[in-house]
Amino acid sequence: MTSCWSVQLISAELRSSKHWELSGEGTEIAEQGSHEARVFGSIPPQGLTQSDLMKLSFGKIGFSKAMSSKWIRVDKAHEGGPRVFRTVESIEDQVREKLLLVQRGNSSQLEEKEKNELKKRKLLSEVTVKSYWITKGSSFSTTITKQETELTPEMIASGSWKEKKFKPYNFQAMGVAPDCGHMHPLMKVRTQFRQIFLEMGFTEMPTNNFIESSFWNFDSLFQPQQHPARDQHDTFFLSDPALAHDFPQDYLERVKKVHSEGGYGSQGYKYAWKVEEAQKNILRTHTTAVSARMLYKLAQQEKFTPVKYFSIDRVFRNETLDATHLAEFHQIEGVVADRGLTLGDLMGILHAFFTKLGITKLRFKPAYNPYTEPSMEVFSYHEGLKKWVEVGNSGVFRPEMLLPMGLPEDVSVIAWGLSLERPTMIKYGINNIRELVGHKVNLQMVYDSPVCRLES
Amino acid sequence: MPTVGVKRDLLFTALGRTYTDEEFDELCFEYGLELDEITSEKEIISREQGGSKASGASDVILYKIDVPANRYDLLCLEGLVRGLQVFMNKMEAPRYRRVRPVSGEPQRLVITKETAAVRPHAVAAVLRNITFTQERYDSFIELQDKLHQNVCRKRSLVAIGTHDLDTISGPFTYTAKPPGEISFKPLNQTKEYTATQLMSLYKTDSHLKHFLHIIEDKPVYPVIYDSNGVVLSMPPIINGDHSKISLETKNVFIECTATDVTKAKIVLDMMVTMFSEYCAQPFTVEEAEVVYPDGKTCKYPELAYRKEKLSSEFINRKVGINESTETLARLLTKMCLRSEVTGAGDEIEVEIPPTRSDVIHACDIMEDAAMAFGFNNIPYTTPLTYTVAHQLPVNKLTELLRQELAAAGFTEALTFALCSKEDIADKLGKKISETRAVHIANPKTAEFQVARTTLLPGLLKTVAANRKMPLPLKLFEISDVVLKDETKDVGARNSRRFCAVYYNKSPGFEVIHGLLDRTMQLLEEKSARGDGYHIQAAE
Repeated sequence: MTSCWSVQLISAELRSSKHWELSGEGTEIAEQGSHEARVFGSIPPQGLTQSDLMKLSFGKIGFSKAMSSKWIRVDKAHEGGPRVFRTVESIEDQVREKLLLVQRGNSSQLEEKEKNELKKRKLLSEVTVKSYWITKGSSFSTTITKQETELTPEMIASGSWKEKKFKPYNFQAMGVAPDCGHMHPLMKVRTQFRQIFLEMGFTEMPTNNFIESSFWNFDSLFQPQQHPARDQHDTFFLSDPALAHDFPQDYLERVKKVHSEGGYGSQGYKYAWKVEEAQKNILRTHTTAVSARMLYKLAQQEKFTPVKYFSIDRVFRNETLDATHLAEFHQIEGVVADRGLTLGDLMGILHAFFTKLGITKLRFKPAYNPYTEPSMEVFSYHEGLKKWVEVGNSGVFRPEMLLPMGLPEDVSVIAWGLSLERPTMIKYGINNIRELVGHKVNLQMVYDSPVCRLES
Repeated sequence: MPTVGVKRDLLFTALGRTYTDEEFDELCFEYGLELDEITSEKEIISREQGGSKASGASDVILYKIDVPANRYDLLCLEGLVRGLQVFMNKMEAPRYRRVRPVSGEPQRLVITKETAAVRPHAVAAVLRNITFTQERYDSFIELQDKLHQNVCRKRSLVAIGTHDLDTISGPFTYTAKPPGEISFKPLNQTKEYTATQLMSLYKTDSHLKHFLHIIEDKPVYPVIYDSNGVVLSMPPIINGDHSKISLETKNVFIECTATDVTKAKIVLDMMVTMFSEYCAQPFTVEEAEVVYPDGKTCKYPELAYRKEKLSSEFINRKVGINESTETLARLLTKMCLRSEVTGAGDEIEVEIPPTRSDVIHACDIMEDAAMAFGFNNIPYTTPLTYTVAHQLPVNKLTELLRQELAAAGFTEALTFALCSKEDIADKLGKKISETRAVHIANPKTAEFQVARTTLLPGLLKTVAANRKMPLPLKLFEISDVVLKDETKDVGARNSRRFCAVYYNKSPGFEVIHGLLDRTMQLLEEKSARGDGYHIQAAE
């Protein structure tokens, strides 16, 4: 019917109706009377022993019903055992009468309550009948022509396609999904950020080393040894290999001096700097450690050349984990070293960078980092949330960091950073970072994630 | 970032006007603060402990303000108000002075040599004729707490003790004794305890238990006595009940004991600069004399004003603006860095007050000038630095391969670099000692015991977490593993690896073999022994 209907040979209207039907038990009762009536009927004037009564097929059910209808009574003290007697002369088998009404098709004469009662006793059931009312369709004919689903090479060759009718394509369904591989959404975003840096002339830093010494990660950046970030709670320390060695000795001495005594125009922190602290190996807490190594290398050059460096790589923090924080995440970092760079230049380069992300409205807030001064938090206006949200951190590296390396005094180094996970989670609408990074990720999300277009 | 909670209405009263939340938020933004939250005590308790516990708590509006970690002068309402008022040109920064006592000798704190073993340094000062109200008292206690948490590194570097001077009499002795020999009635207790007993008593105190370790295992504990043997405090744990401060206290003796003397001086300066506002002679602090074991003496608080000279050209050049020397001097004064044009060219002499211990270099002064000018008023410029970009070769190759592998029908995974020892050893049938793995000293869970030496466990875990997905699962990852390497200065290096996994009802070795062949083809390697690549059975 469906296929005829689909080609409009017929038109079909679905109708449904309900009616009441007797169950098997109900039919039995309609014929023979209800259990309780039969109990009544089986009791002779002299009565019947209860045990005999119970032996009858309708006995058990009928007995309690007849008792509650007060048609019979039991004399428990009778000799020969409890004996059942009639209490009335005659009875009206109402149940049977009701069922007979239904059987004859007159169920409407019964009240809803009565029907539901009988339904509860499993004597009646309500039945839905679905029917199709069929009429001739717009393309009615008494012959059926088969519709082709596809054009075949044979039809083309023989020319038989001219006489064929073709089934219309079903545009409501989806097509066949191609069997393909997929790239991870976080890596897709990374590729785009990498592209942005390359477009701006930035060179990629060699950040393929997760293990770093405290010296390069903290001390060379003028972060004091008592700083909370160097706590057991925030940083992963290594038990093996526990300590680093081979530091550029004279540079190390200059770092020690600027921390403990000052110099290069600075008061310093005035505490006892210990080389043992600096030797401790850690999992790097930021890629700025690599920037420090690169800037030191730059300072060893005969002649200073301006540079632009970037990196996007993994960093590790031993902090409390929650829906948006994991022990490992990716940091994006950009660094520019040149003579005479200003704070205005830092803002300019940030504008250029964020414009490539489609963000043009920026605001800068004074902030604090141990290794930059001035420091700025970068905010952009979120049209959806109607408020300013932080999109990155930036600053000008302190002289206490740059001068001990040996960089010329008029060289300024500006830098900024942000995490890779945050813009990815915003872009792909992911709320829990574990759904994005790590093995618990749902591969379906990876399969379905769109191309990464950062500027929209 | 440290957060300071202040009652909004108290703040507005002190500032001399009210603000809308937006206006105050804006002011904070310009000054480098962040209005993090607007709440009330009731809301906080409700959120942390449930609504029922909150009934009866105050609904007074609280502003939670985030303060830069190096600005110890903004950690209390008094400091915030002062900073903001000077910033808005509503008042001049006060001048803090150390003064001699009106009559008699200064209070003396004698340090004995025993302290050297446990907590060698101490500084002290007196706040004379101070008037406390409930709010001022609360603020006084709160600031000590904040300083303890921040610059004092949870009391391990410095501990502050404040005492009602009228209940004790100097000279005071700062010494160290075996715990069994120290006995006193500590704050809020009704009887005397020995130090040993206090260590056990406070093991269950939610606040104090975190500080016990600082002195617990030492042979001697620090203790301060007055001339009558009354215990002022047992730093860094607890003060004595005898000298506790109340709303009626008029004269305060402050002592800071420390393992870092620079920090001790900064902390003492903070306490006295903030609260000397409430002395009969505002912003004056009565000196105290510290006597060292070798007999040398030193007067505290330092309250040093340091002068530094810099040129307006330096500031203009670093920031990228072009303001006159006079304007810059005025801007700096707004930041509590009183400045004057010296007249020698474009030279400015800046006076750095004791409240600004965060200013240690001319660049700190320059930043303050930029802040006063307004970061968002600085015109932005594009650096003319010309450079040609260069990709790191291993990253460039990785990018090229990733795309080809996806084209080959495999899906990229991104797994954790840290894992358990079992993941890289037992579960792969290896001994951990053979893996050359790097071990982490302080993992919070087994998930962070080692850095991975192979990408395989991560991919297998990804398969396991996705085993209900339609088959087959074809995953790959190109990423770094970490291996010990003695030739490196840190003793370890990363190694870029490529790993692929095929998961199906049938193992499909030929699929992985095919992927390898395809990869080699892309890298222009022939399948040939010697002059190309080949595979062979492992041991």
